[in-house]
Amino acid sequence: MIALAILRRLLVALVTLAGVAIVVFVLLRVVPGDPIAMMISPGASQADIAALRAHYGLDGSLFSQFAVWVRYALRGDFGTSISLHRDVLALLGERLPATLELATAALEFAVIVGGAAAIAGAMARRTWAEPVIDAVNGLLLAIPDFVWALALVLVFGVVWPLLPLTGRVDPSVSAGMTTPFYFVESLLRLRFDVFFDLLKHLALPTLALGLPLAAVIARVLKGALNEAMAQDYVLLARLKGMSELRLVLQEALRNAIGPTLALTGVQFTFLIGGTVIIERIFAYPGIGNMAIEAVINRDLPLIQGLVLVFAVIFILVNIAVDFLVALFNPKLRHA
Amino acid sequence: MTDASASSFLAASGPSLASRRLRALLAEPKVIIGGGLILALIVIALFAPWIAPKNPLDQDLMLASLPPAGLAGAEPSYYFGTDDLGRDVLSRLIYGARIALIVAFVAASLAALAGTTLGLLAGWYRGWVDGLISRLVDIWMAFPPVLLSILLVAVLGAGVGSVIAAIAIIDWTRFCRVVRAETMAQAEADYVTAARAIGFPPFHILMREILPNVVPALLALVSLEMGIAVIVEAILSFVGLSVSSDTPTWGGMIAEGRQFIHQTWWVFAAPLAALFATVLAFNQLGDGLRRALDPVLRR
Repeated sequence: MIALAILRRLLVALVTLAGVAIVVFVLLRVVPGDPIAMMISPGASQADIAALRAHYGLDGSLFSQFAVWVRYALRGDFGTSISLHRDVLALLGERLPATLELATAALEFAVIVGGAAAIAGAMARRTWAEPVIDAVNGLLLAIPDFVWALALVLVFGVVWPLLPLTGRVDPSVSAGMTTPFYFVESLLRLRFDVFFDLLKHLALPTLALGLPLAAVIARVLKGALNEAMAQDYVLLARLKGMSELRLVLQEALRNAIGPTLALTGVQFTFLIGGTVIIERIFAYPGIGNMAIEAVINRDLPLIQGLVLVFAVIFILVNIAVDFLVALFNPKLRHA
Repeated sequence: MTDASASSFLAASGPSLASRRLRALLAEPKVIIGGGLILALIVIALFAPWIAPKNPLDQDLMLASLPPAGLAGAEPSYYFGTDDLGRDVLSRLIYGARIALIVAFVAASLAALAGTTLGLLAGWYRGWVDGLISRLVDIWMAFPPVLLSILLVAVLGAGVGSVIAAIAIIDWTRFCRVVRAETMAQAEADYVTAARAIGFPPFHILMREILPNVVPALLALVSLEMGIAVIVEAILSFVGLSVSSDTPTWGGMIAEGRQFIHQTWWVFAAPLAALFATVLAFNQLGDGLRRALDPVLRR
């Protein structure tokens, strides 16, 4: 039964991926800017231009181009980047870990901070603190990651130059790392200098991405907790003498997590989309930053590969969220 | 129901639905604050040529990089200081509001139009229509919005029109989902069944019966969307893909200010503050609208 559900899910995911690939493919071929024109030197002959075009597979009809692309993609060959002259898959593999580290760090931050705020808010039910928490939460909810990032640049760039504003790691410190997964590798190899340098550079982008998500989690979880706390079984536990904190954590949280997870999952996909501009602002070397460069340079193969990577991440996150929600709510398990 | 006399019955009908709703709207503080700020912004944008103290495009290298009025080394007539080319920050801020508001209103309206139409169709006809539209929404939402907007503007070429088109093309799904859910819920209601029994065509039912009940949720969403549109426009002009660099935009000012943030932080901070205030205003307005017009929350 579960296997069938998973299979159905994967099929839907494949259809969505195919749709995404087609849309981007068509969109890019309509682009007025010609990437070949950007690459050739002045005075190149028509034969040279034609040869270059054929080399990158940009001749031929839309269908044939797409068919060729699919055939190569299924073998794992996503072509060569027009602007960076390297294999697209290799480029993606280099940059993706950085973005994944950032996204996971932001998610952890958001869950911890948002969760703590929600629990505090639920415990402050019907006291003077609750409307204050609600008001602050409402205010923070309105601020998008873009504005947070810029505000953080202002505060930590001008007012308090505490943290680095750009980059992922100091190159002099990180020399000697063998994989692109700096975070895990530095911990495993006990290179704490690299680890702390990573954290310093991660701090601001993580804050910028994580704070909006934290605000959402705080709002939804607090609402769900309040609802759960009004139930009879909580009253029973309270009469048995359980402390407020234990009540919230042990009794209410389990039932409040379900709806929170669903919304958090959706917001997390927005977070991943937000890495595009946040990485740009902080010059963080992830796939988001590379995506903007690729679009500006009309690097078709790279754009195609990047959009697919984002789409795959989106789909995987959605599947994971559905799975987790079903895990916590037995009523939803058969679908 | 204790007094069943005719006068009490007539008194019970009271003021019309529209005036009741208007009264509820104006009683909600968020609507007043948010709406007031937006109105002020509209006035500023409309009367920019008369309000702005200087010409936003005038460069004066003798007066470049002046701090805001009140700080050491400032020129009193340049209230928010000047940028590295000697242009008045306040005037550029005021003119930047024009682009922000134009994009906000037009893009949000277009997205609402497209999304509502498709949402109504999907919610009413269900079946393969709903399947097709829902699948479309799923595929659409699998794209990271910022990336897609940058892509679209790169495809369509820079300019306000492309920015508006990009926002509308990306965000119609937001409206579609909400309207589809609302339509499906409303379609089960008795008054819709009655309308169908009378023999009204689907178009009439959708327009005259269901849509008016969807409008409150839609209004709140439109206000939210306007806030999002302002942000997306700022992001696009930050990356350099919006209007030409002559026309002042808040995002463009932020990008320029970012370069010299240590020397002239006011060029960065002023448009950021304006952006923040505008988005906050739209959000408060949308929140207030949702509360005031939601029949469940109304006491």
